[in-house]
Amino acid sequence: MAKNLPKTGLISWLTTVDHKRIGIMYALGSLFFLIVGGIDAILMRTQLMVPNSTFLSGETYNGLVTMHGTTMIFLVIMPLSAAFFNYLVPLQIGAPDVAFPRLNALSFWIWLFGSLLLNTSYLVQQVPSVGWFAYANLTQKQFNPTHSVDFWILGVQVVGLASLIASINFFVTIVNMRAKGMTLLKMPLFVWTTLVTQVLLFLSLPVITVALVMISFDRTFGTGFFNPGLGGQVVMWQHLFWIFGHPEVYILILPAMGIVSEILATFARKPLFGYTVMVYSSCAIGFLGFAVWAHHMFTTGLGPWATALFSAATMLIAVPTGVKIFNWISTLWGGQIRFTTASLFAISFVAMFTFGGLSGIMHSSPVIDTQHQASYFVVAHFHYVLYGGAVMGLFGGIYYWFPKVTGRMMNEFIGKTQFWLYMIGFNLTFFPMHFLGLEGMPRRIYTYAGDQNWNFWNLCATLGAYITAVGGALFFINMIYSMFWGAKASADPWDGRTLEWSIPSPPPEYNFAKLPEVSQLDDWWYKKYTHDGKRLTPPQQPVVDISSIHLPNQSFWPIFLAGGITMIATGFVVSANGVMISLIGVALTVASTYGWAYEEP
Amino acid sequence: MSESAHHFQTSTNIENRKFAMWVLIASECFLFGTLIANYLINKGRSIAGPTPQDVYEIDITTLSTFDLLMSSVAMVLALHYCKEKDLRKFQFWTFMVVLGGLIFLGFQYHEFSTFVLKEGLGLSTNIFASSFYLLTGCHGAHVTVGVLWMSSILVTSLIKGKEWFNSDIVEVAGLYWHFVDVVWIIIFTVVYLFVYV
Repeated sequence: MAKNLPKTGLISWLTTVDHKRIGIMYALGSLFFLIVGGIDAILMRTQLMVPNSTFLSGETYNGLVTMHGTTMIFLVIMPLSAAFFNYLVPLQIGAPDVAFPRLNALSFWIWLFGSLLLNTSYLVQQVPSVGWFAYANLTQKQFNPTHSVDFWILGVQVVGLASLIASINFFVTIVNMRAKGMTLLKMPLFVWTTLVTQVLLFLSLPVITVALVMISFDRTFGTGFFNPGLGGQVVMWQHLFWIFGHPEVYILILPAMGIVSEILATFARKPLFGYTVMVYSSCAIGFLGFAVWAHHMFTTGLGPWATALFSAATMLIAVPTGVKIFNWISTLWGGQIRFTTASLFAISFVAMFTFGGLSGIMHSSPVIDTQHQASYFVVAHFHYVLYGGAVMGLFGGIYYWFPKVTGRMMNEFIGKTQFWLYMIGFNLTFFPMHFLGLEGMPRRIYTYAGDQNWNFWNLCATLGAYITAVGGALFFINMIYSMFWGAKASADPWDGRTLEWSIPSPPPEYNFAKLPEVSQLDDWWYKKYTHDGKRLTPPQQPVVDISSIHLPNQSFWPIFLAGGITMIATGFVVSANGVMISLIGVALTVASTYGWAYEEP
Repeated sequence: MSESAHHFQTSTNIENRKFAMWVLIASECFLFGTLIANYLINKGRSIAGPTPQDVYEIDITTLSTFDLLMSSVAMVLALHYCKEKDLRKFQFWTFMVVLGGLIFLGFQYHEFSTFVLKEGLGLSTNIFASSFYLLTGCHGAHVTVGVLWMSSILVTSLIKGKEWFNSDIVEVAGLYWHFVDVVWIIIFTVVYLFVYV
């Protein structure tokens, strides 16, 4: 069934197993949800612009808080990072594709369908409103009798399955599919941070999977895992959630750290400073990331020993993070820096991430944390690391690799305008939140009284959000404009250091006409320059008979299997005929699995 | 049944699917780790009975544990004869794996139905029951997947005969089967034997 499928048009995209096309689809999907999550944010800031506002109801506001967090984490930052993994990892390690091309397609479709399932809650007006952390016992049936919590549970469950499959695929790809000569310490740093991210994913996702099953059981079968009346414990949810949730924070930031490391080295025209230390720091962050979850729970009363240990571990994790910041600064130091949009985003990543990191270190002290808990100070902190950090880094990555993906340059003038609007808007929104938090403004409230000295900074924050929105609109205009009318890009427009710049822009379907062999870190750079900076003539891609390159066949099974899995989940949010839908989903899943297994790839 | 990377010379010389199974096993360790921790935390927190001491039938569970362990031996022999390309013995031992798995599931069905019908221990009777069924049910689901997988291999072998000695596939399925078996040894110790400590 997979033979002779068309190479262009809709069917070719639905059946593709090409990592580059899947990467593009991940990017488009996550950018769409960036707009959705952005609108959530704008609506919330509009509500909070003035005290006693009636723009939104409290119920709507709670829904927006929940969906903004869930969307930005699971439907924007994670899949946008996945877009970079997909597109770049095989190119940077010199591989023809990922280890399991069909599983890769499966991950994407599961992610897309899971995202749509989560967002269907808007259509049936049962929007989850328990926060992206869904603390027990708010999720119990008696407090949330509609399907709103079920939408959240199942959406996250399905999207999590996509990440789990993808993480195994990429771990195997990176360890097993490297070009000849590319030992582990000759991999680009982005590949390293990707590798650590995959470990965090496949070790932390099972924990949230179990926790989500436990709430489903509580809601559907009347068990009492999180119901103290039946012997369960409310705090148990917090433990399980944050054992996943804290590694998740590093899952969000590590890919951006890798992207920024690549961009800074390219635009400073210097090797990444302290590459080996950067690798070890990434591993240390990944390892310690599992030992700090309870710093989200200092106020639950963990007892002196647990509090002291988690506080110490949290302070410790600041060390490898700080090492990275100094390495980025040292990479820039003495370089011939070019201020393109990509490098501006990357440099601002370092600055903004440092800001958020510093308030993070403050929270490692349980005494200070107790003061800041659930206040706007925390909102300021995590937006500095996840928005000023992760999202800025990812934007830098888009500007940096857009020419490779599309063969056209993004417009630098619009790009720099977007960058400055973002920087000004972002800081105007989130810096005042430090003050608001210290003045006692709690998070997650939908309105406030006018006499608490919070009015001015809230107004500033809302204006900042509007400025950011203009920047965001410019970004999409820039993307569309550049896609059609941007200047043509050469194969290596930035004078890059890694293997993807050695092949044409956009790359051919088979990636490398002849699989590369590398002998050192930044191998492509040293094919262009000697170690004392003299120019060399880089080797051309060899001319090879393209028909001799075997590419994996396209397949319908990934999208069918993803549909089956999502249908199983959908049954749980449909009141009538839910069981039927789930059973049809099971049938489709089983049929597709066998179709898949016996298909010639 | 082979991915495109099958003939690809991997960097570690370990076949991709085998490597992927090891990674999945790492992930599964955290899955079962969470479930076992949840059981240990909750087993003594029930507000009403029955308690673990009331319901467990250690002699029957010991038998089913022995059965599952022996199915792992069959798995080793199935892989061995697959590599030896001895069709009859390969099919026989694959069948024994399936049979061992089915017997184990039969024991689990017996256990669950006795608990529910005779002891009155439903899924939501108390928090010990909920944690117990969640853990052992999840393991049972893994055994079911293994049984389906090994039956599919058996059927494929019966259809394709001597052309199909895909020892890579059998080895990946074997890794999975042994892992599910090892998890049961931990569950048997922690859930059933710790009652006597």
